[in-house]
Amino acid sequence: MKILVCISSVPDTTTKISFTNNSTEFDKSGVQFVINPNDEFGLTKALQLKEANPGSTVSVIHVGSATSDPIIRKALAIGADDAIRINTEAVDALQVANEISVYVKANPFDLIITGKESIDHNGAIVPHALAEILGIPSVSPCIGLEIDGTLAKLTGIVDGGKEEFSASLPVVVGGQKGIVEERDLRIPNMRGIMQARSKPLNIVTASGSASSQKIANFDAPTPKAACKMVDANNMEELVNLLQNEAKVI
Amino acid sequence: MSIVIYIEHTEGTVKKNALEAASYAVKYAEKTGDTAIGIAIGKVSEDEIKKVGTVGLSKVIKVDGHDYLNHQKVAAILAEVANTLGANTVIFAGSSEGKATGPRLAIKLSSSVISEVVGTPSSTAPITVKKKCFSGKGLANVELSSDKNVIIISTNGFGVHEKTVDCVIENTSSTASDDSIKHLSFDRNTEGVSLPDAELVVSAGRGLKGAENWGMIDELAASLEAATACSKPVSDIGWRPHHEHVGQTGIAISPNLYIAIGISGAIQHLAGVSSSKTIVVINTDSEAPFFKAADYGIVGDAFDVVPKLTAAINAAK
Ligand SMILES: Cc1cc2nc3c(=O)[nH]c(=O)nc-3n(C[C@H](O)[C@H](O)[C@H](O)COP(=O)(O)OP(=O)(O)OC[C@H]3O[C@@H](n4cnc5c(N)ncnc54)[C@H](O)[C@@H]3O)c2cc1C
Ligand SMILES: Nc1ncnc2c1ncn2[C@@H]1O[C@H](COP(=O)(O)O)[C@@H](O)[C@H]1O
Repeated sequence: MKILVCISSVPDTTTKISFTNNSTEFDKSGVQFVINPNDEFGLTKALQLKEANPGSTVSVIHVGSATSDPIIRKALAIGADDAIRINTEAVDALQVANEISVYVKANPFDLIITGKESIDHNGAIVPHALAEILGIPSVSPCIGLEIDGTLAKLTGIVDGGKEEFSASLPVVVGGQKGIVEERDLRIPNMRGIMQARSKPLNIVTASGSASSQKIANFDAPTPKAACKMVDANNMEELVNLLQNEAKVI
Repeated sequence: MSIVIYIEHTEGTVKKNALEAASYAVKYAEKTGDTAIGIAIGKVSEDEIKKVGTVGLSKVIKVDGHDYLNHQKVAAILAEVANTLGANTVIFAGSSEGKATGPRLAIKLSSSVISEVVGTPSSTAPITVKKKCFSGKGLANVELSSDKNVIIISTNGFGVHEKTVDCVIENTSSTASDDSIKHLSFDRNTEGVSLPDAELVVSAGRGLKGAENWGMIDELAASLEAATACSKPVSDIGWRPHHEHVGQTGIAISPNLYIAIGISGAIQHLAGVSSSKTIVVINTDSEAPFFKAADYGIVGDAFDVVPKLTAAINAAK
């Protein structure tokens, strides 16, 4: 089985977000970039499937510039066999999906794993858009994936519950915590880091998919007014405030 | 031109977030001078559909002939109907169905797609909308230069604005389909109110010390008819199910009321909940970072405060 894992590079979850250049740009100074957490769950799942299905390969793909190479090397150190970087700035989800689809049409895979969403753009768009361009099924967010020959059994999250699907490969799956558990996540060890240096990282020229979106500027969320403290022995007062001041109950 | 809104329903009951989407579409159409038209698919009664008249939507097209609907089928049907109507904008609720269907439809319509949108366009030339980004730590004003757009709104990011009109329903049918995925089963979370679209949420963290102590949380939630949520470590340890995990790597929510009990307020947790309208924090530590993001704070022991709060709520009913 040939597995492709799409990884996006995002600010570390502890990053305090600020903007620069008249609020037109995200201020990257001092920011540590990491593999999008949802993609890490997907990558681990891909490695588990590879181990369970001898002869399988795991490739990672990223749309971005050379500044993302450290996170691609990290994915190789965690255990991916090879990597592809489509050499262009990622500007929106449809452009990313289009670029990946061009590569996949020329180099088919049995299973494509993305994250359910990137924690910077919060689009949740790439998995379903990519699947639609390729004309194949998608389940995202996905918290369960079993492969039996050419058939996938998939568990998706929907509001208020879970749904089970089956589909023939190839499929696109948008992973998150649950597709593997937190404790199963893999971290690179010394051997992995050494091996990653010699694993192939293929730089591919972008097809030049256009973007129709432009971020004019950013706003910070409206700050909260000072917190009103209520005495722990006066819950009647809290209920009163929620009813008559905040008007939420 | 027309603006199309997908009217979601669960087993024949129009969802609250469908009303939010309809309400958004009505306001959007007022700004652009277009006509807003709802599309409802499958087994849902006319009386149910007419609920969208309470938010100002005066026309809905009902597509018959479909029982079970997955996102791929819905996208195929919507593409057919939207094309027939010559729609330039399609609006979805920020539900799981909206998020899964919107991107597929955008490809079918060769349109742009944007999600987590929190307001109607601030400008119409080009269409400029505000969306959440960086998991709620920022907002971006995005200009859309395509002539067609799919817009997925952020749940509770716009709200339901009442404006009663008569709603006319037109029937049509569609043979569009997509059977490349087979639905096997649906497993409903048994616990009370569904979290993603809940208006009131009671959430607890590691301060509760063990799964056995959640009885008082459930009682507080029951007194408010609220959904329950938890911090990440709580679901990692298995005290609560994964689908209750909120935050940057869990689900992001924006209810009217979020009560955080025994949660420290780590940046990753706040990212997923800080756009809640009102936040109440109960924590023994007056220095807990969560108080900085709260509207109302109580410094106290959850085991003492929570039962008192439940009693006060029940007494006020
Ligand atoms: C990559 C990454 C992603 C993450 N994503 C998320 C996420 O999505 N969501 C998330 O929640 N976390 C996330 N985290 C974890 C986050 O950093 C915190 O560790 C976590 O939120 C802490 O959970 P907590 O507040 O329940 O526990 P703690 O930090 O242990 O806090 C417990 C709190 O309870 C208080 N307390 C103790 N006893 C009582 C009592 N009797 N009554 C009242 N209060 C009491 C304490 O004062 C303390 O403030 C992530 C971390 C990483 C590294
Ligand atoms: N620049 C990128 N390169 C490769 N994959 C990406 C990129 N951006 C997003 N993805 C994938 O698409 C998923 C969803 O992203 P998004 O639609 O931006 O929320 C991510 O979890 C990644 O798996």
